[in-house]
Amino acid sequence: MPGAKKERTANIIMGNKTLDKIKKGTYFTIEKLPSGIVKVQLIRLGLSEGDTIFCLERLPGGTIIVQKNRQEIAIGFELAKLISVRIKII
Amino acid sequence: MKDFIEHKEHHLHLENGLSEGTKSGIPKIVLAGNPNVGKSLFFNYLSGTYVDVSNFPGTTVSITKGVYKNSEVYDTPGVYGVSSFNDEEKVARDIILESDIVINVVNSLHLERDLFLTLQLIDMGKKISVFLNFNDELKKRKIVIDAEKLSDLLGVPVYETSAVKKMGFEKLDEAIANAKVGIQPDALHHVLHETLNRVGSQAEALLIIEGDEIIAERHSVPCGSGDEREIIYIERRNRVNEIVSTVEREDSSKGLFFNALGKYSLNPITGIPILLVMLTVLYFFIGDFVSQRVVNFTEQTIGKKYFEYYLKSFVANYTPSEISVTLKDEQDPSKKLRVYSFKENLNENQKVKQEFDHASRDENAIVDFHFPNPFVKLLFGEFGIISMTITYLVFLLLPLVAAFYFAMALMEDSGYLPRLATMLDRMMNKIGLNGRAVIPIMLGFGCVTMATITTRLLGSEREKTIATAILQYVIPCSAQLAVIAVLLSGAGVVPLLIYVTVIFSTLIVISTTLNKFLPGQSTPLLIDLPIMRLPKLDNAFKKTFFRTYGFMKEASLWFFVGALLVGLLDVTGMLVVFQNILAPVTVHWLKLPKEAATAFVMGVVRRDFGAAGLFGLNLAPMQITVALITITLFVPCIAAFIIMIKERGMKEGLIIWFSAWIFAFLIGGVVAQIII
Repeated sequence: MPGAKKERTANIIMGNKTLDKIKKGTYFTIEKLPSGIVKVQLIRLGLSEGDTIFCLERLPGGTIIVQKNRQEIAIGFELAKLISVRIKII
Repeated sequence: MKDFIEHKEHHLHLENGLSEGTKSGIPKIVLAGNPNVGKSLFFNYLSGTYVDVSNFPGTTVSITKGVYKNSEVYDTPGVYGVSSFNDEEKVARDIILESDIVINVVNSLHLERDLFLTLQLIDMGKKISVFLNFNDELKKRKIVIDAEKLSDLLGVPVYETSAVKKMGFEKLDEAIANAKVGIQPDALHHVLHETLNRVGSQAEALLIIEGDEIIAERHSVPCGSGDEREIIYIERRNRVNEIVSTVEREDSSKGLFFNALGKYSLNPITGIPILLVMLTVLYFFIGDFVSQRVVNFTEQTIGKKYFEYYLKSFVANYTPSEISVTLKDEQDPSKKLRVYSFKENLNENQKVKQEFDHASRDENAIVDFHFPNPFVKLLFGEFGIISMTITYLVFLLLPLVAAFYFAMALMEDSGYLPRLATMLDRMMNKIGLNGRAVIPIMLGFGCVTMATITTRLLGSEREKTIATAILQYVIPCSAQLAVIAVLLSGAGVVPLLIYVTVIFSTLIVISTTLNKFLPGQSTPLLIDLPIMRLPKLDNAFKKTFFRTYGFMKEASLWFFVGALLVGLLDVTGMLVVFQNILAPVTVHWLKLPKEAATAFVMGVVRRDFGAAGLFGLNLAPMQITVALITITLFVPCIAAFIIMIKERGMKEGLIIWFSAWIFAFLIGGVVAQIII
């Protein structure tokens, strides 16, 4: 199946990770948000699955600051670990 | 109240299409928007009175109601959507459900975030008008929003404003008159249809489908599942994104100074120095300038030398008194003490009176009045309800509290506070809290009572418990802090270091222990960072004025109660009895003079009274250190205690209160045994 192979290769190139592993200054796409109320809160703030986001800062200890357009949102380390992302290579 | 709302909503649905406001008598206009969008400024304009305007999510907890022309105007807590995830949202939700017209204030810089609420209001079927606020910031950043197109897409009137510059408010009348039900997606009606038939209100039907259990219960209908909510939310999010991409255009992102400062304040390398600079400036402003220079002048000169002197001299005209005047002489280091006795009143012997007048008006004279009459003593004596309380309230507390609130207002309005929360997030994680807890903790340095109320905004019960415990055990409030600062600055560097180390270690031990043993999990940080901007001084002054006024109003009563209590103890001789009971602990264990017990007795009533009671004792530097450690860890004031019971329940409140006694004397004593 060529499709599956392509997907696998893409996974290797793009690298699926969780948000806490993202380096400062990279663009990434949100793959999966944790379910429950926190998901709804994230969607309301403007972060939903499929969105492309920029990692503005990584503070020592792992608090992440992301940026979407002009909006900046700080995400605690424990929450960042639950958000699956894909690094965007453009 | 609940029945009334339901009834009204039902009623409205039956007469679908009719103007909602005219049906229920007085129309209700509700201001709604995300946190920090400037709703309160709109409210001020409409109602003519000032309410707290603040830049941090979670500071406007209560509802503010005003009257505009022939309508009622309500301000709501800032929320990102209508639902019931926390107290603020529940409050906002209920006011919005009751509203006839919603004025939705939107931060133009964050359209993507803010329009989510707008679309939800539209989906609820509310009549709304939208105000695009921060128009000035938009221009500075060269961003263009096509308001007309936005209005077409939403199906409701859209206006541009700059609330801080008071531009665009004149359109409010028009906005209220033209508010409309916006364009709703067709699919929504299919989803809502069944529930709508059962509950009769589109707004409530939507919230039920979105999983609001409380509303579902009110109508006893099944609540929507999490999946349905997610589908609606994602669909709404997509609509928002689409609208924003159509109406918004950005020319170039110019490197604004405050933008840059906002960025640097979050960078670990530059953020910590910025934090240290902020704290240093704060220290010099509050700790040095206000609590030393300003308070020295207001308390010692205005309060003691003028206010109390004239007040007591006046009283001495009518009652027997014994007045001792201590004159400090530069040539003669031994103090010259003169005592004047007046058996009847001040005017019985003009010669003695003249002598006294002459001596007491000397630059360095310290005048002590003693009134043998117990009633006069109660009112005007050493702990006089009138003399002492007014001096402390007006000449010591007032300048300090005002200075604190002013500094806090500047931090809030500039947008620095949420960044501070982010910077400190990981540190707070270690003690079982997240960065948001900086708000109650910092407010605690202002007033522990107020801070205990704000622990509500924390995400879980365990976080609330931890934050409350920290506040009640170790955080000195501004009034107490002032007295501590004055006493410590006289004691030197080593006592300061010992004090800070002991208090800080206690904080760490208590909070990590609670974090380890309390069940459950703390919530991680998720916080929106507002733009950094130069705070408007007039707004900061207004905020300072209203908060200070509110604090003084609340605090004053307890001050008088405290003074009365201690005054009664003094007059009846109970104070000596208490001091004697506590004497073994005070003298042997804490190694303090037995009069220090007075400070502890007073500390139960108000914390700062406790610390202030140490002023007259002529303690050695190390004794000051021990006394201050004990007083700081000692029980919170009566007001804070009552609020804690209300917020955290009787059991938890009492445990914290009684253990504060134990911690204070235990830790204070151990330190005393080591350093004295």
